[in-house]
Amino acid sequence: MSDTTHATWDANEATSDVAYRINEVISIYPITPASPMGEWADTWAARKRPNLWGDVPQVVEMQSEAGAAGAVHGALQAGALTTTFTASQGLLLMIPNMYKIAGELTPSVIHISARTLATHALSIFGDHSDVYSARSTGYAMLASNSVQEAHDFSLIAQAASLRSRIPFLHFFDGFRTSHEVAKTKRLSDDDLRAMLDTGALAAHRARRMTPDAPVLRGTAQNPDHFFQARETITPFYADCAAIVQEVMDEFAELTGRRYNLFDYVGHPEAERVVVLMGSGAETVHETVEWAAARGEKVGAVKVRLFRPFDGAALAAALPSTVETIGVLDRAKEPGAVGEPLYMDVICGLAQQGRNGMNIVGGRYGLSSKEFNPAMIVGVFDELKKEQPKNSFTVGILDDVSHSSLDWDAELDIEPDEVFRAVFVGLGADGTVGANKNSIKIIGEETDNHAQGYFVYDSKKSGAITVSHLRFGPRPIRSTYLIKEANFLACHQWVFVDKYPVEKFASQGTTFLLNAPYGPDEVWDHLNVELQTAIIDKGMRFFVIDAYDVAREANLGVRINTIMQTCFFAISGVLPREEAIEQIKKAIRKTYGAKGEDIVQMNFEAVDTTLANLHEVTVPAEVTATRTRPSMVSDEAPDFVKNVTAEIMAGNGDLLPVSVFPPDGTWPTHTTRWEKRTIAQEIPIWDPSICTQCNKCVAVCPHAAIRAKVAAPEAMDEAPIGFRHVPYKARDYKGMAYMIQVAPEDCTGCSLCVKVCPARDKSRPRHKAIDMEPLLDHLETEKAAYDFFCDLPEVDRTEVKPRMKDSQFLLPMFEYNGACAGCGETPYVKLMSQLFGDRLMIANATGCSSIYGGNLPTAPWTKDDAGRGPTWSNSLFEDNAEFGFGFRLAVDQLQMQAKRLIQEMSGTLGDELVTALLEADMDDEAGIAAQRKRVEMVRAKIAALDSEDAKMLDQVADYLVRKSVWILGGDGWAYDIGYGGLDHVIASDRDVNLLVMDTEVYSNTGGQASKATPLGATAKFAAAGKPTPKKDLGMLAMSYGSCYVAQIAIGAKDTQVLKAFREAESYRGPSLILAYSHCIAHGYNLEQGLDQQKKAVKTGYWPLYRFDPRLVSETHSGLTLDSKPPQMDLAEFAWNEGRYGMLRKADPERANMLMDLAQKDVIRRFRRLQAFANSRKAE
Amino acid sequence: MKTATKYLGLELANPLILGAGPVSGHIDACKAYEDAGAAAVTMHSLWMEQIAAAQRAAMAMDDFAHSHAEATTYLNEPANYRLGPDEYLEHLAKLKAALGVPVIGSLNGITKGRWTRYARLIQEAGADALELNVYHLPTDPTESPTDVEQRYIDVLTSVKEQVSIPVAIKLPYFFTAPVHLAKRLDAAGADGIVMFNRVYRPDIDVDDLEVKPVRPLSSSASLRNRILWIAATWGHVKCSLALSGGVHVAEDFVKAMMAGADVAQVVSTVLLHGPQRVTQILADVRQWMIDHEYESIAQMRGSMSLANSPDPKEFERANYMASLNTWAG
Repeated sequence: MSDTTHATWDANEATSDVAYRINEVISIYPITPASPMGEWADTWAARKRPNLWGDVPQVVEMQSEAGAAGAVHGALQAGALTTTFTASQGLLLMIPNMYKIAGELTPSVIHISARTLATHALSIFGDHSDVYSARSTGYAMLASNSVQEAHDFSLIAQAASLRSRIPFLHFFDGFRTSHEVAKTKRLSDDDLRAMLDTGALAAHRARRMTPDAPVLRGTAQNPDHFFQARETITPFYADCAAIVQEVMDEFAELTGRRYNLFDYVGHPEAERVVVLMGSGAETVHETVEWAAARGEKVGAVKVRLFRPFDGAALAAALPSTVETIGVLDRAKEPGAVGEPLYMDVICGLAQQGRNGMNIVGGRYGLSSKEFNPAMIVGVFDELKKEQPKNSFTVGILDDVSHSSLDWDAELDIEPDEVFRAVFVGLGADGTVGANKNSIKIIGEETDNHAQGYFVYDSKKSGAITVSHLRFGPRPIRSTYLIKEANFLACHQWVFVDKYPVEKFASQGTTFLLNAPYGPDEVWDHLNVELQTAIIDKGMRFFVIDAYDVAREANLGVRINTIMQTCFFAISGVLPREEAIEQIKKAIRKTYGAKGEDIVQMNFEAVDTTLANLHEVTVPAEVTATRTRPSMVSDEAPDFVKNVTAEIMAGNGDLLPVSVFPPDGTWPTHTTRWEKRTIAQEIPIWDPSICTQCNKCVAVCPHAAIRAKVAAPEAMDEAPIGFRHVPYKARDYKGMAYMIQVAPEDCTGCSLCVKVCPARDKSRPRHKAIDMEPLLDHLETEKAAYDFFCDLPEVDRTEVKPRMKDSQFLLPMFEYNGACAGCGETPYVKLMSQLFGDRLMIANATGCSSIYGGNLPTAPWTKDDAGRGPTWSNSLFEDNAEFGFGFRLAVDQLQMQAKRLIQEMSGTLGDELVTALLEADMDDEAGIAAQRKRVEMVRAKIAALDSEDAKMLDQVADYLVRKSVWILGGDGWAYDIGYGGLDHVIASDRDVNLLVMDTEVYSNTGGQASKATPLGATAKFAAAGKPTPKKDLGMLAMSYGSCYVAQIAIGAKDTQVLKAFREAESYRGPSLILAYSHCIAHGYNLEQGLDQQKKAVKTGYWPLYRFDPRLVSETHSGLTLDSKPPQMDLAEFAWNEGRYGMLRKADPERANMLMDLAQKDVIRRFRRLQAFANSRKAE
Repeated sequence: MKTATKYLGLELANPLILGAGPVSGHIDACKAYEDAGAAAVTMHSLWMEQIAAAQRAAMAMDDFAHSHAEATTYLNEPANYRLGPDEYLEHLAKLKAALGVPVIGSLNGITKGRWTRYARLIQEAGADALELNVYHLPTDPTESPTDVEQRYIDVLTSVKEQVSIPVAIKLPYFFTAPVHLAKRLDAAGADGIVMFNRVYRPDIDVDDLEVKPVRPLSSSASLRNRILWIAATWGHVKCSLALSGGVHVAEDFVKAMMAGADVAQVVSTVLLHGPQRVTQILADVRQWMIDHEYESIAQMRGSMSLANSPDPKEFERANYMASLNTWAG
């Protein structure tokens, strides 16, 4: 039944497949959710896949979307068929070039996975705010509603663009369509050729810039002629819609799939019609058919071509019977009369003389908000009213402006013929990958249509994934989440108590649970909620100990194949034997390249799975007495209980508008309520052999292991099992010392154990901390950690400036959502310990903005005085400037405060004013003293009623030194934000830039940046990066006025501390380049610190500090903190997949690049040495 | 003067061959050794742990795939890449194509597991023979001497089932009854026995309390142990005998032949001195044969074995007694 004319894929791949074949130059920049389109193009180019003309297109990654658009513009001008892929902020950065490209009538297509623009918050999910913001550029806009359409419209857009000369923006909904896997018909090369007008193509080529026929373009024009020249394009726009329809007609002729500028579906005599575009239109289509079949006179218009907007075509598509129209926009345009599509529909119809209808507009689906048939029925119900609400919202409860419509949450219109399956898994357990496989199996091996959609939470470690799979005999238009599943699987036992998995169950659902208990005992371990649902809904209940089967099959913790086998075995979607055969085929396809043993191991797992899969006899009565634990503790603040906890529990959709702050401001210090308990093993401390070095605390990425000194008498209250010993060093002589794990917050990465230098002399296998099973220690350590947290913190003014002592400082960045073993977060945590109570953070978009600011919780904490880091993310590209702005404001307000205290010296007293103005705030004692003085100021002005006094009260805190830190990754610092970073470090302002260098774009999936080193592979550097890493430190040092340090915490933590302290104390700009190991390096991060050591020993990552304050006739200012290369680069590099993969794919090139990289490392080190020694006294 | 010899059924121009070592990783170097006179090249070993590790590493590349909304994968995975074993096989094929002398593959493992199918793949890659290196340290207190010996037999048998090319088995020297084991292996189908592999004895880092591997090169002093057991085994087995370890100069080579080895493998000495050392040994051996009026290698082979030596007791306990006395004196 295998069919090569079909493909089961997502819209990103389906789009890229066409775009790649019909373009010659592809210029991109990664951005969620469009990144995979560029990655596919890069992958195919690396594999030498030819385009339609037999050549491999040039696929280039630029430094930003602005750069990508510039390159697109240039390549088009020079005559190549050129495309790019982007979304959201990326599209905004392309807008200047889009005006140019359209103004010059240059045919081309930009493919967009439409994504929400950042406003009060960033969102990676989908709506139309980005494409709407480009609607005045002159680009035609073509909307795809499904994966099939994304594939088809990629071609239609290109064909129409060539013929009309108008550039097209082809868009589909980010995630809902871009990441939905669906079975589609695939266009052949012949289809593509048939649609591309060779004359138009030749004309495009003929317009190219060439010295063989020189022209002038991009001129500057004056008031006397610009306007007229601008009007010359009008006929092209007038013709465009007709050309698109003509192309659509030809396409229908060719493929049988008919599209129109506006497609009407529903009752032929509809009275109420909804108009919309994007994935939601598919659900509307499904709902309208359901309602029309019940006699409802309803219909829907799917807008294909949004710009140029053809009012006549819209009018023609609408039945003459229509009385009320609801236009649905997937965006909000505050302050406008209505949202863009609504405005165009009103205007377009009015211009056609179609008056007398009641047309209202509404908003739905912002940031991929669920949009389901029940909501659509709610809209149609509203349209029935005499005076329907205008500017309504649907899908939320707006209890502030009362814009929202009601809907029947219980309504479910899905037909029985569609098989629905929901799988709840853990981010890294392979559930999503296996489900994608299952869809392909069913989509490609049966006549069924198939659809898969995957929902992830925002954590990078221990995240929940929910897979929604549908199969059915007819095309699936359900672009919404499954509400009632025929098959429900929970792949992780821990979710039983963390997540209401039963909410997906319906009557007779088959429920599969991966549990460490057999069929006879599992029931007794379920909570009341789950037992009740199983009984009440008459569910069939199956259990398997998948981890046990995986262990037996030598698969470690990989349970994906096992759970997939269970699904096929009990769901009945395929005959069991056939399913097993197909799974094995898929295994061979997935793992074949990796070795026969892996294939065989998985085969064995499949075969043994069935023997270990058991149906549980469900008792008639609920026997459990234990209910599902509440999400957060009773001690949590009300906001956390009422809002944060609901979002954590998966009930965020139910929260009304009124609970949210209107400006995106959220409280900090909330990760402490989110007890995730995701570690299998946690570190357990043995004080008897501990050397009290605190290194374990320093390297913990999640602040989940902490050290404290406390009065020994406080230990009298310690719970059983709490460990402490007398502190050894002089400073806190007589105090009790303790290391304590936060058992529910630890991710089990074991970096603390790796760094621990203390071994038991008689049994060196045992260290001062060892990883031990969580369940053996959970309750004891929970009590111990609570007690630990209640002990007083050290007095910051007494903490010595040593690494060990710094770890007694309260981490003000805790339990973040970064990957287990993250190499970035230890630096962030240290920064928060050192400067947290006066810290302002500007954070570039990327991993750090996700683990630093992705709701529902915030890892930034407050001390007992209520002080702590204040954090914000502006954009990816402007972070240095954003933080620079912080400093400008702080300096200005400080100046104001200084002026005011001077002017009010009569009230305040000269002595206090002088002390305030001359305060030395280089250490904690100085800061504390100044805070006391500010308190005195406040006390003295409290009774005053003058304007000056009020003003001083507002700005007095600025008399205490603020620490401005600008954080981000290498993608920001080396690429997209480099211009701004360069400007800021060239200034004389007191800002600190911390670049956590993972040498790739980590957050979007490992694309190469200019920090990617020579020889390493990355996405867009598949053959190994042929050029060296940008030496950002050397560039910064070239100013001579910027403090620069290069650090690696795994190699030399003392130098790290020095660098942070020096950078902060320097009153000009400081740049710290921090080596950060990352999952994108391709090795087990347990070895991260060892790799850092090797990075330094090989000279790959030399440690240094450049301090402009040291520069003199005899000192260059540069101090080298690491020795010249002591081992070969290969000893570091070949341990990492990013290097190793190339060695396996192309050993000759890998070795050649390694030789070059080795030489480069030596050359760089010599350059540093020469610089360091350049002013040494003779 | 006849130096031609037969080892594992292979006709060799002389009995000096490259033993398993890092040299075989470089095709140009191997050609240089061939030009210098090495009569065969043994590949470095493909370890069973290496096979498993490469595959585990490949699986680990996927560890974070599909785990977060913003990234489906985190690493660029090439379309065609070769993991450790494939890389090895590919290299072997290239080496075979580049050299005129026989190429002997080498497989290192200690169980009967799935890895033994790599023996067949080594054969398919063009190896003329296979050297099976069973590097097993019997540290498990429940494993009896009988178990240990049986392990060798089992591994040999399972590998022999996979291939039709000759298989030599390389032994460590710490058996209670090496000759008896050699006979059992011979009976079980071994085409050759290589005495002995080097046992890496780890050192202890007293500062870090860690065990550190030490990989010393052999010296001529390593030779005597080999000579003893080659000499003792010669005549008791039908299969070929190879001496590995301690052959650094022509005299070492002659001793190996006289003890009964069909070939002598060189590793450490060529690592230290390069291809010219092979030329030198072969030239010196020829000169030695001329000086001592030997017409062929065959003439000296086994001449000083336990069976043929003029005073076998010197090989046995008396030798030890004599040594004690000598030192005492």
